[in-house]
Amino acid sequence: MTQSNKIVFNDVTLRDGMHAISHQYSVEQIAQLTKLIDDAGVDIIEATHGDGLGGSSIQYGFSKETEKDIITTAVKNAKNAKIGVLLVPGIGTIEHLNNAREWGASVVRVATHCTEADVSEQHIKAGIDLGMDTVGFLMMSHRTKPELLLEEAKKMESYGAGTIYVVDSAGALTMDDVRSRVSLFKENLHTKVGFHAHNNLSLGVANSIVAIEEGADRIDASLAGMGAGAGNASLEQLVAVMNKLDIPHAVDLYKVMDAAEYVMKPMMKRPVQIDRLSLTLGYTGVYSSFLLFAERAGKEYGVDPRDILTKVSEMGAVGGQEDWIIGVAQELAKEKINKS
Amino acid sequence: MATEKVKCAIIGSGNIGTDLMYKLLRSDKLEPTVMIGIDSNSKGLALAKEHGLVPIYTGIDGFAEQAHLADIVFEATSAKAHTYNAPILKRLGKKAIDLTPAAVGPFMVPSVSLDTHNIEELDNVNMVTCGGQATVPMVKAISDVVEVEYAEIVASISSKSAGPGTRQNIDEFTETTARALKEVGGAKEGKAIIVLNPAEPPILMRNTIYVKISEYSDEIHQNILQRLNDMLEVVQSYVKGYRFKADPVIKDNIVTVAVEVEGNGDFLPKYSGNLDIITSAAVKTAEVMTDSMVTKGVSQ
Repeated sequence: MTQSNKIVFNDVTLRDGMHAISHQYSVEQIAQLTKLIDDAGVDIIEATHGDGLGGSSIQYGFSKETEKDIITTAVKNAKNAKIGVLLVPGIGTIEHLNNAREWGASVVRVATHCTEADVSEQHIKAGIDLGMDTVGFLMMSHRTKPELLLEEAKKMESYGAGTIYVVDSAGALTMDDVRSRVSLFKENLHTKVGFHAHNNLSLGVANSIVAIEEGADRIDASLAGMGAGAGNASLEQLVAVMNKLDIPHAVDLYKVMDAAEYVMKPMMKRPVQIDRLSLTLGYTGVYSSFLLFAERAGKEYGVDPRDILTKVSEMGAVGGQEDWIIGVAQELAKEKINKS
Repeated sequence: MATEKVKCAIIGSGNIGTDLMYKLLRSDKLEPTVMIGIDSNSKGLALAKEHGLVPIYTGIDGFAEQAHLADIVFEATSAKAHTYNAPILKRLGKKAIDLTPAAVGPFMVPSVSLDTHNIEELDNVNMVTCGGQATVPMVKAISDVVEVEYAEIVASISSKSAGPGTRQNIDEFTETTARALKEVGGAKEGKAIIVLNPAEPPILMRNTIYVKISEYSDEIHQNILQRLNDMLEVVQSYVKGYRFKADPVIKDNIVTVAVEVEGNGDFLPKYSGNLDIITSAAVKTAEVMTDSMVTKGVSQ
């Protein structure tokens, strides 16, 4: 292992984890989790609605707490960690970002679908103008070839992003898929490179390690993997493996083990795990936050949620298109009636 | 009785401007006479010349020298350009139909606003956004029946139909559309989301409209469904490819309406329903303006 620089941990328990709890963390829970994650030595804590700034909506589910309360609670309870926000252009706006900055957020990750980087120009520039650590976040990276993903990353680099992520939103990348993407980024970009995993194919930790082997500087993880689908790379599991491999970082293993076991897991509404549905997400390459929506629609219309996810995948749905799920469920229900 | 057609100019020789030209060439009330651009190599300007329009390559200044060529001017450029052009058009005494998000003039959604605005008194109207044209009528249909607490729309459009203007100013889309949901749709609060989808073959424009209503009864339910159907027909009168993607649903005081827009395929491909709906709405607006001009004897 030639890795010598410390890996920067970006925790997503309070952002991607929002999906798994239908955006219902209370300020008390946000305060408690922030304190634990910060005390364990994590560098950046992302805290926003699962779909980022402005995500609170009928389409994605309303947050229990206001955007202001989520961000200021995280800021107040972190002694060392920087607080980050996610911004998906088309959902959140620069006005939302200005507010988040005012409330104390100092990292912004501007997220687009892997082929649509040019919608991020205004927002990346705004993050830089606000003096924020500004990151480009290429979602659903499995949906394009490594060479084309690099072209999109170069656009984000030209707008000024300091770090660019390969984001495996569907948990659909295998290890060589991660290797080819991260290594291309490292060879061709002058920015730092990050990787965001989902554990749908049980590769969350393995893929993160592969990314680090290829030179990734930042890695996303969450307590007990708390996140959409089968969750993200679990922080405590990843730290344990990194310790065994002598990969330098600043996180205390016992502290994150305890926080995951005694605080995070009891808060879960639905266990964040690999089951037939979350596995289907990774298998068919569907955006992980579709999980709960497909599960509900399946129940409501009496169809197999795996069929919904498979169909949505065939239609080429991208992140943010949760409204397609109901339509597909209705169609499948009609087909079922016609057949019987 | 043959009525003389009202002469129209188009500023902007890109996709929207060119599509507008084809729609105007078909109109029995309007005649496109000028296309104004700034790029002498523009394909749009070459097509305009081919169809007998006067091409102007020197922007608004070039048009000001030959302003007699048109009475109605469509702006199909950018918000920045229209902010500059609007006072010039006003000084020249032209009616401006603005397809940019500049919103110099009041919002115009033909199926809704033509009943409420005195169009003959307006010299500049703004066509909101494609998402606004596709969703505001449905919100208004519901707010005609019952108070609307909140309206939220999600517009999915194909990546291919989103030009650089939309991509570099995506906040303008969400903010302008949200404002129109309130100001024209009659909702107390509004929110708009846009998603670009790169699937091949390109997807048709699809809009999901969620409307939170203040009260519910069986009668309200029936009236909403009736009103939505009526409104669908009104919009279809000027955008043929506008239709429900699924039957409207009312559950827990939330009305969900999904509409799809297939383009007419004039210049832009059929999947570009999002561009088609705004050019169709602009032409419809101009035709109504023309009626008011004719009845007042402006053009005769």
